Amino acid sequence: MRRVNRDQLTALAVLAPSLVLLAIFVYGFIARTAYTSLTDWGRDPSQALAANPVIRYIGFANYKDLFTGFLDARFRQDLVSALFFTVFFLAGCLLIGLLLALMLDRNPRGEGFFRTVFLFPMSLSFIVTGTIWAWMLQPSGGVNRLSPLVGLPAGQFEWLTSRTSIWQFDWNRLPLVTALVVAAVLVWVAVTAYREGARTRGHVAVACAALLALWALTGGVTVKLLPYPEPHGFNLAFVGIILAAVWQMAGYTMALYLAGLRGIPEELREAARVDGASERQVYTRVIFPLLAPITLSAMIILGHISLKIFDLVFAMAGPDNTQTDVPALLMYITAFRGNQFAKGAAIGVVLLVMVAAVIVPYLASTFRREART
Amino acid sequence: MTTLPTTTAPSAARPRRLDFTRALLYLGLLVATLFFLLPVYLLVVTALKDPSVISLDTTWQLPPAWHWSSFADAWAKVSGGLRNSLELTLLATAISAVMGSLNGYVLSKYSFRGANLLFALMLFGMFIPYQSVLIPLFQFVKSIGLYGTIWGLVLTHVVYGLPITTLIFRNYYGEVPDALVEAARIDGAGFWGIYSRIIFPLSVPGFVVVIIWQFTQAWNEFLFGVTLTNPASQPITVALAQLAGGQAVSWNLPMAGAILTAIPTLLVYVLLGRYFVRGLLAGSVKG
Repeated sequence: MRRVNRDQLTALAVLAPSLVLLAIFVYGFIARTAYTSLTDWGRDPSQALAANPVIRYIGFANYKDLFTGFLDARFRQDLVSALFFTVFFLAGCLLIGLLLALMLDRNPRGEGFFRTVFLFPMSLSFIVTGTIWAWMLQPSGGVNRLSPLVGLPAGQFEWLTSRTSIWQFDWNRLPLVTALVVAAVLVWVAVTAYREGARTRGHVAVACAALLALWALTGGVTVKLLPYPEPHGFNLAFVGIILAAVWQMAGYTMALYLAGLRGIPEELREAARVDGASERQVYTRVIFPLLAPITLSAMIILGHISLKIFDLVFAMAGPDNTQTDVPALLMYITAFRGNQFAKGAAIGVVLLVMVAAVIVPYLASTFRREART
Repeated sequence: MTTLPTTTAPSAARPRRLDFTRALLYLGLLVATLFFLLPVYLLVVTALKDPSVISLDTTWQLPPAWHWSSFADAWAKVSGGLRNSLELTLLATAISAVMGSLNGYVLSKYSFRGANLLFALMLFGMFIPYQSVLIPLFQFVKSIGLYGTIWGLVLTHVVYGLPITTLIFRNYYGEVPDALVEAARIDGAGFWGIYSRIIFPLSVPGFVVVIIWQFTQAWNEFLFGVTLTNPASQPITVALAQLAGGQAVSWNLPMAGAILTAIPTLLVYVLLGRYFVRGLLAGSVKG
């Protein structure tokens, strides 16, 4: 008994250094960043790099500037860009990864070769990928010169230098759009709740959705974040960056899906066929539903990577290209090139909140499931 | 470089229909292979061209003469970074692997109340956007005098590598039967005795996975490298970004630099791909 107790103490002592380091480097530093974001550090350039800068607490002024300030339109465009980037990057990786996995699951000859080829970009640095693809996407070379090889006219798309923005919306509409989107999600929650027979949960969700919709239609229409309309949309210069990102990460979803497909026992497919399912139904009714949890994991992992995307954009379009900017890059520029530390910290906190919104429920559900088993 | 088996597999049942789907399958694989390998072709071809023959019109053509000196020129630009990367990557990988192994041992065999919550809090550290800790980290590294040395980067990579190394070892040791540990304990082995005689000898595959993963991560990392170093201590990714980001007139240099940067991780991937994939899947927590 005494032996076990002493071993327990040793165990804790062994774990302690890691816990202390992570407590400081993760939670301590996050707290410090959060505090910095509430100060005016860097607003006065003469104080920014002083040995003992005069730093004053100014509340949420930095956040207010970022979301409604005249000078910070770039940040708002970056947020919109990051969301568009995430949507297309996810769609590309999931679709291509699933296709590749389905093909490899049919046991073609040279499967090992193909798997190696599809997965090798995962081992490269985003800087290497970015350097290669910046050259691939030169407006009058690379990808645009592929079609002449088969006798077609050369491509005309400007890739990284495009200045076109599509699907624009007015930033002032953001509260309205957010309210309506959340209301739609709540309606969906209510529908699934009623279907599962959870009446109370359904009622609450419906009530919240109705309240939000009511607010959107009465108050939300007139809310103005800015005194003027400010359009933001999807910058087409991102298309090439998304292409490069999918090139690098599609192998990851392929590996996940392939592991999932190989885990589905052959008897299950046989049983479905015996029950009269067509080859297509075997996929839509048996295999795809079994892959759904993998899709969710992949979405969360890739989603948080794409919200944090930094190096790839840096390498492909440079740090100072406003057309292809993302919040992670803007934070670096603001804090470490512009010495606006407080504003940089605020951008860092916004990024953290977005990533945490994706990751925390994922970690929580993983550990709850583990605790139950 | 893209020779593919285009013949369809022989099949006894339903030959006609199967042949057609088989052909479609190989066509799909061919298209996918082209998508993944065309950038590599362009990379190699451009790196081997003389700057004077690089033009956008002839991007896809083979070089008229092999021009190897791009590699020597690129080497001059990135070799300092390569040496820094090698040193800091090996150090950071070794330290975080050993610490991760011990942490995993504790968390899987000496679990205590609240261990799961603590572990979840540790894991959160590998998902955070590092921009949210970058300013205090920069100040901290500067205040302890490690700014502009590789040691600041080593420390950073070790700390932020701990969650994933701990995770992989914790799951790995979870497979080691508790009865084995219990038997050793009855034989009188203590914490370190059990680790050195039972756990550690079983750990080789775990170490391979962790070392490959950490090596790749630290080698490819850019944000910490560009924030915490000066030109003398910068890692190779930063050197490459500078080589490519300068008003590059001739593209052979950045391409040769990209090849030099990619070779170490690519070698690891080709030689130990199986373990690489295992680390990859472990990164999604449940795997």
